[in-house]
Amino acid sequence: MENHTDNLVQITTTPKRKLSLQEVRERLSAAKGKAYWRSLEELVDAPGFEELLENEFPAGVTEFPQESGVSRRNFMKLMGASMALAGLSACTRQPEEPIVPYVRQPEDLIPGVPKYFATTMPFPTGGIPVLVKSNEFRPTKIEGNAMHPASSGATDVFAQASILDLYDPDRAQNSSYRDQRRNWGDFHDAIDAYKVKAGASGGAGLRFLSETIISPTLVWQMQTVLKKFPSAKWYQWDPIHRDSARSAAKQMFGQYAEPIYNFEAANVVLSLDADFLYASYFPGFIPYARAFTKRRKMAEDTPMNRLYAVESFATTTGALSDNRLRMRASDIMVFASALAAALGGGGGAATGLSDDEQKFLQAVAKDLKANAGASLVIPGEQQPPELHILAAQINQALGNIGKTVSYAEPPEVVPTDQFAGLRELVGDMNAGKVDTLIILYGNPVYDAPVDLDFEGAMGKVANNVHLSLYRNETSRVSQWLLHGAHYLETWSDARAYDGTASLVQPLIAPLYDGHSAHELVALFTDTPEMTAYQAIQTYWQQNGKAAGDFATNFRRWLHDGIIPNSAPGAKTLTPRAGAPTITPLAKDAIEVVFRPDPTTYDGRYNNNAWLQECPKPLLRLEWDNAAMMSIETAARLGFEQEDVIRITVDGRYVDAPVLVVYGMPENSITLNLGYGRYFSGRAGNGFGFNAYAIRSTKTPLIAVAEKLEKTGDTYHLAVVQNYTLIKPHGDPKWMNRSVQGAEAVRRDLIRVASYDQYKKDPDFAHSQTFDEDPQSYDSLYPGFDYTKGYQWGMAIDMNSCVGCNSCVIACQAENNVAVVGKEQVKIGRDMKWLRIDTYYTGDLHNPRAFFQPMLCQHCENAPCEPVCPVGATVHTPEGVNTMVYNRCVGTRYCSNNCPYKVRRFNFKLFSDYITPSLKPLRNPDVTVRSRGVMEKCSYCIQRINAARIQAEVEETRLQEDDPTAERKIRDGEVVTACQQACPTDAIVFGNINDPDSRVTRIKAQPRNYGLLTDVNTRPRTSYIASVVNPNFEIGDRTDMPGKTFIGEQS
Amino acid sequence: MPQVFNRGANGLARMSLVILGLVVTSLALTLNELQRSPYVTRQGERLEQPVPFSHQHHVAGLGLDCRYCHTSVENSSFAGIPPTKTCMNCHSEIWTNADILEPVRSSYRNNTSIWWTKIHDLPDYVYFNHEIHINKGIGCASCHGPVDEMPLMYQHGSLQMEWCLDCHRNPAKNIRPIGDPIFNIGWKGPSQDNQVWCEQGTGDCSLSGPYLQKSGKPMLKPIVFTDQMTLGKYLVAQYHVRTPNEIQSCETCHR
Repeated sequence: MENHTDNLVQITTTPKRKLSLQEVRERLSAAKGKAYWRSLEELVDAPGFEELLENEFPAGVTEFPQESGVSRRNFMKLMGASMALAGLSACTRQPEEPIVPYVRQPEDLIPGVPKYFATTMPFPTGGIPVLVKSNEFRPTKIEGNAMHPASSGATDVFAQASILDLYDPDRAQNSSYRDQRRNWGDFHDAIDAYKVKAGASGGAGLRFLSETIISPTLVWQMQTVLKKFPSAKWYQWDPIHRDSARSAAKQMFGQYAEPIYNFEAANVVLSLDADFLYASYFPGFIPYARAFTKRRKMAEDTPMNRLYAVESFATTTGALSDNRLRMRASDIMVFASALAAALGGGGGAATGLSDDEQKFLQAVAKDLKANAGASLVIPGEQQPPELHILAAQINQALGNIGKTVSYAEPPEVVPTDQFAGLRELVGDMNAGKVDTLIILYGNPVYDAPVDLDFEGAMGKVANNVHLSLYRNETSRVSQWLLHGAHYLETWSDARAYDGTASLVQPLIAPLYDGHSAHELVALFTDTPEMTAYQAIQTYWQQNGKAAGDFATNFRRWLHDGIIPNSAPGAKTLTPRAGAPTITPLAKDAIEVVFRPDPTTYDGRYNNNAWLQECPKPLLRLEWDNAAMMSIETAARLGFEQEDVIRITVDGRYVDAPVLVVYGMPENSITLNLGYGRYFSGRAGNGFGFNAYAIRSTKTPLIAVAEKLEKTGDTYHLAVVQNYTLIKPHGDPKWMNRSVQGAEAVRRDLIRVASYDQYKKDPDFAHSQTFDEDPQSYDSLYPGFDYTKGYQWGMAIDMNSCVGCNSCVIACQAENNVAVVGKEQVKIGRDMKWLRIDTYYTGDLHNPRAFFQPMLCQHCENAPCEPVCPVGATVHTPEGVNTMVYNRCVGTRYCSNNCPYKVRRFNFKLFSDYITPSLKPLRNPDVTVRSRGVMEKCSYCIQRINAARIQAEVEETRLQEDDPTAERKIRDGEVVTACQQACPTDAIVFGNINDPDSRVTRIKAQPRNYGLLTDVNTRPRTSYIASVVNPNFEIGDRTDMPGKTFIGEQS
Repeated sequence: MPQVFNRGANGLARMSLVILGLVVTSLALTLNELQRSPYVTRQGERLEQPVPFSHQHHVAGLGLDCRYCHTSVENSSFAGIPPTKTCMNCHSEIWTNADILEPVRSSYRNNTSIWWTKIHDLPDYVYFNHEIHINKGIGCASCHGPVDEMPLMYQHGSLQMEWCLDCHRNPAKNIRPIGDPIFNIGWKGPSQDNQVWCEQGTGDCSLSGPYLQKSGKPMLKPIVFTDQMTLGKYLVAQYHVRTPNEIQSCETCHR
């Protein structure tokens, strides 16, 4: 850096000088589009971008932040002498440490051996069945429950991160009444007194407000209370509720029903703004993603499916789709209506569709018709009921109902119209009809529609009681705050998306003595002392449908994590005909769409630092939300990236920074909910902006922007897309692209073909003139014989990866990876061992995106190893490139020499050694890294070692009877954390020396290829090339597959 | 201008160079010795404990098996520290009033754990696993020393990395037949007087004659061992102990 002086060091965030969007457009029109790119800066050669290529980290990253007043260079000068003595620190004595045994050790505990317990993570769209790893009875890791079809052993990103909430130091740790500390007994007394008083009026002033309840037992308890107090009322409210789907079902069938999709039977899938490939905010995400990608694994007997996406935002579903149409959320209904008309399922004429949209519609209609009975149309959760009706009618017209779509009971035990309910409740509160409001979890003051003024209404209620995990916006204005119990601390039960019930069992006694909703509701019944455990026992004793002894059954259910036959039977329903009326939005109106955030959801995970620092898919944004719009819209309105704009809707406004998103429709702004909180905790307070501030009952899903104006401020966003790039070498033509952008073309990091092409040439990933053979096999070092013993390797199926982030958080949880905070992320110090690289290709306005999970490639000729001066990164005989933290002195040469940029350096003491509540969270089998140490993916070496020790010990025991017995590590015994979490089975790990192992068989596929193999790194991780299946009648948005290879473009 | 230094100064200068060299060398030697010294490694230190528990009395005197207290040594990375209940199994019957045992009784009474001081305390980045050592023929005494002669427990080995590697480079030095010798603290290895018989081609060995361990039947092809290195090499092969190259690899202990 040329501009720094010794005592004033600037940390530049990149790029140094921003291009205006106008300049970007000019450059774009002048330049021939690059085949692959990672970000706008790269695409247009923005100033500063080259610097990012030259330096692995943004300039100044190695300097001390300015606030410390001394630069690292200065520090080194000053400390030169004392550094000479630093070696002596190795001679310090170990401190004396205590060792504390049990007084009475639990009988079934083997200290040091983890146990696994089945439980269920409650989530509004249905419980997620999980298996929790417990080290000496403290939960440390969440895995999926393979015995439950709603998980099949995988999890989503929220389930992985939920364990951090348990240990969150910002949780409410005690109860209070008017900010005076109280305990549960005090509350018990208060309720007893209230019951006497309220009994006479039948509880006329008593109201309950809960989140969407998926626990049958809690509903049963609630109904008991409502019987006792017939005038009391119970409402449910979740800001991301399913009113649209429910109301559509009510209108079509006269009853509530949940559509269940069968993706495996669908040849053609049309998503109408449905984001079903990211997380459980689409009900059934895990089994759906698994079933959907089963048709994309190119197994011989299953032909590839085709996904059409019509969407208003850039989602992973759209990225994976074969043909994608971007439309404003409000226009999608017009499209659906026209499609319904074209397929004879009612609907109206296609008015106001552009030529491209017409062309898309005709092609989709033709394809759906050709696959009648084997196609699927899915409406988006954030779309109005009319779209859900249209989708059902289209499915009906295609004969899909009964084949690819079936109907079941909704997972919420008592479906309600949540908006209507909340409106009624607030009306009662304002009318003074409510004297006691019991709020079970949730945060209505923050997330209720702004026009209802929930906080104001609470002011008119004498007693507000809030049961909550956090002292949040709602607890702040409640008289009573009762600190709640996390789902890992309590008994309960939950229904999955398809209605199958499973039990929730505590993994640990409540850390702060919190209480669950079951116990709170029980206080209002005649059995106030009933515990959550007794409640579920009582309920299932009456309602369990298994033959035989209840106690035995209960133990079986607990063990398996599923209650068999508990799903209410399927419903045979026929949607009523008759097109819903739709009112299209004016073409030039700018819509504002509210969506759940991919990491904080509706705000409930706002204080979860893992999720805050998890890059949102495609956006690659961490720690914030933004006003997201297309580049054209931003340029037309005169906004620049990171400009703070004021969005006015219905007279209310919110200020938000602009983030340009590729592939969004014109005249559409998406706001993610779940940010802008000030009573959240240290990870969430003050980040982003609160989109609820303009979300009213009138426009809960899609609003129209009245006014958009710049405030003149700018707000820095931490977008990680530009980090971990290196400068390519060789041909100057490629010089100013990142390895991920330029090399993606020049060295074919992404290899892709159309389905037709794949069928003609299954070897397409190699048959082209790819630059994949090393120019020289010479090495200064002697070779190593990797043909014996276990040799670990991994294969990642690019066609199955949906970019859902489950693996990213799973890796973080398994390997004690630290969180660094927004400021550090902005200067490229993100610590995640596994990142999902996103590549765009094709039309800037509607690009295709590819996801490439990137982790240490465990090169057999690892470039990092010879440059380490202290031998801190070395190869194991089993081909794993391993880090020895205690040897590392932090020269960072290894990182410099890594072509894949997968090494992460602890620039500061990022691991939290201090907060007591975080200590039990750590995986005891993985070192917690300190400052100054390099780290990276270890292939979960702790899991390999555990499997090996188990195999060897079992061998010894077998040999007692048969001295010649052998016991090798079996295929599938070593499962890496990322592999285990993956809903689509995209990651496979195993012994590549075993010809029968799954990984060997997958790597034997012709589509298997390695990255940057031409530099003779011989990576152990390989990728399975993508195959896309676009409908060429529409054309392809990348104008590539089926015509030429991407690699040939320039 | 007169000379500042007289002729003698040359000698002094040379001398001081030599002295400087000596000082540096001796400092280096001292530090090298220091970092291996018991002061740093805590080798042999009898740390203060809440109860002066005597392994000598319980092992040599009473003949308790190691596994009576360290229950998980065969099944877990962690050998296990006995819960207070284990002490009280006997001490609710004998020495019930001994002052020395008051911490144990009060622990049991008040349901509060006894806070022992850890003797064998490896650094946090070392992942030692008892289970695999026990099941591959490494006896307790190989690392913990003559526990039966320790009235107060102390650390026998240096527990430094070179000490671990010494065995990982050549496990034959310490490997024993699986079975009783593992937990027999006093076992000195095979000799002319204490022969070991092993059935050829198996790891089935006996100290008491050519009989199979489990069935007690006579061995078909017994081999007699009279010294540790021959037996060790034989057992390393029989127990499929991984090669020194493999078990010296960093990831074996560090992750």
